[in-house]
Amino acid sequence: MATHTLIPAGDFRTTYAADTTIFPTAMSRNFAILGIVLICFAPMVLSQYWLSILIQIGIFGIAALGLNILVGFTGQISIGHAAFFGFGAFTSAYLSNHFPIPVFFTIPLAGVVTAVVGLIFGLPAARLKGLYLVIATLAAQYILLDFFGRADWFTGGSVPASAKPFSLFGTNLRGDKQYFYVVLAYVVVCFLLVTNLMRTRDGRALVAVRDHYLSAEIMGINLTKYRTLSFGLAAFFAGVGGALYAHYNQVVSNEGFGIDRSIIFLAMIIIGGIGSIMGTLMGTAFMVLLPESMEWLSVALRGSGIDQMLALKNNIAFLRETAIGLIIVIFLVFEPDGLAHRWRQIKAYWKLYPFSH
Amino acid sequence: MNFELLAQLLIYGFVVGTLYGVVAMSFVLIYKATQVVNFAQGELLLIGAWVCWALLTKFQVPFWIGMPITLVFMFIFGVLIQIVILRPMIGEPIISVIMVTIALSTVFQAVMKWIFGVNLQPFPPVFATTTVDFFGLKIQTVYVMSLIVSALMMLGMAYFFKASKYGLAMRATAFNQQVAQSLGISVKNVFAVAWAISAVVSAVAGVVVAVVNGVSSGLAGYGIKVFPAVILGGLDSVGGAVLGGIIIGLLENLAHFVDSEYLHWGNLYEVAPFYVLIIVLMIKPYGLFGTKDIERI
Repeated sequence: MATHTLIPAGDFRTTYAADTTIFPTAMSRNFAILGIVLICFAPMVLSQYWLSILIQIGIFGIAALGLNILVGFTGQISIGHAAFFGFGAFTSAYLSNHFPIPVFFTIPLAGVVTAVVGLIFGLPAARLKGLYLVIATLAAQYILLDFFGRADWFTGGSVPASAKPFSLFGTNLRGDKQYFYVVLAYVVVCFLLVTNLMRTRDGRALVAVRDHYLSAEIMGINLTKYRTLSFGLAAFFAGVGGALYAHYNQVVSNEGFGIDRSIIFLAMIIIGGIGSIMGTLMGTAFMVLLPESMEWLSVALRGSGIDQMLALKNNIAFLRETAIGLIIVIFLVFEPDGLAHRWRQIKAYWKLYPFSH
Repeated sequence: MNFELLAQLLIYGFVVGTLYGVVAMSFVLIYKATQVVNFAQGELLLIGAWVCWALLTKFQVPFWIGMPITLVFMFIFGVLIQIVILRPMIGEPIISVIMVTIALSTVFQAVMKWIFGVNLQPFPPVFATTTVDFFGLKIQTVYVMSLIVSALMMLGMAYFFKASKYGLAMRATAFNQQVAQSLGISVKNVFAVAWAISAVVSAVAGVVVAVVNGVSSGLAGYGIKVFPAVILGGLDSVGGAVLGGIIIGLLENLAHFVDSEYLHWGNLYEVAPFYVLIIVLMIKPYGLFGTKDIERI
């Protein structure tokens, strides 16, 4: 999980501040800004379908980023992330419907409320670690799902809760084209927030807890505080992502926040690279595109012998699930450091091009 | 107070609880021997039940031949999972190992749905009579059979660990891998056999549940119910797992009784074990019989 970056020859860091900059070189910073500017033109170029995929990548990417703080940086495991994602969605829908708060504020508020819930479920983390904690988050997943089914006032029960469209200065932002910019803004802000968090004392404390919690404690890091805090942070980003999801669909039903979604969130960070911020986005893109590519595959194979043998058309859902499971296994066995690691290797290859060392 | 319903529910709870106990036992077996938390335990039940069902209905094999074939299949299947998937994961961080078993459970479930469909399939009847009288209470024969099979499996497991050479080797490996290896125990074989036995025991439990309730992908839910049971009993205690399973089974049905008679909240029995789980984790994280982690620097 080491974050090696190749530094051009002659570029020596002489201060601590220089060593902890977000972008190691001016070039990489300019490329990042250029990338964001370029993606701003996406709604004008891309079709509705690709735009909705980009929006999904953004929304799930924020939630997966939260999970990566918990798993990648603090070394705790959660298999209840989707429940927090759902909680954020319901909270934002509830707040926007029952209180005169504009949607602009309900999204971060939903994040804060979800963070409080996350802190409550994170309390066992003060005493537990490893396996016991995994099982506690499993219980959180089922208890929260049960709560969604029970609390009709909050979730609307069998009738899905509706969420108001996102509005800014009195104008409603409807449709994918406008919502895309909302998601983009949130993605940029959230990713910058987390990158900066990792440069502070608190961020380094989280990493220290992951790497060797006994040494961390001896060095004066309050284990209980940081373990619980990471749960709160993870839940916060899950809540923000869920709220964005709610206002994107404008309707929140009880479906889609189950344990299978939690597994997909874990898959995103494993495929992207555990403990890598940019990797989170890559992994999310991979996991959003994977079910779609299964769809394309089944369309491409329609009518062929394979299609007839496996009855792909009726079983596309199972094909997707199988593919998700297999991809996770393949990545864990063959590429445990994820896409971020592969990306670094590709970059290093071109930098060193004619000579491999 | 409806005593008849209570008695019925308690008997059912005990029967289901012993089955939880059996599944929890096979879960703990894998955890103790190989330090792997198996999230695919429920799918092992599912696969065992489906294979047996297919043999009995599609191939019209009689039960007394179909069952041994299922068990042999599951033995090989368990060994294969260990060799192909879990062996490369030795030494990897705990999250990777957990994720592999979670991913396996996704794959198994999807493939089983793909092959056998999503509908509940009734199991061909194994017994001629459906109920027996027990002090005035009518109890289904399958419940009695389920109890007997569970008890037999528990006894078999106890014998295996106490008296057989392989069981001793397995206990030694669980105690200290390096010492076991230096004494000439093949840790590789022990790991594979642990998975195989666990798969076989789970499959028997799966077939029993299938005979009682029919086969559907909901069977894999037993794999999730295992967690409250093992946490209550202690993650590394075989006896604790059995006791935890029985307690969770009884508690589930008590919650169902209280719910249907007084509270009318609905569905309480599904989520009650998880509240118990959280409470146990808060006050006694190592369960009733689990080993306490003592950390030395």
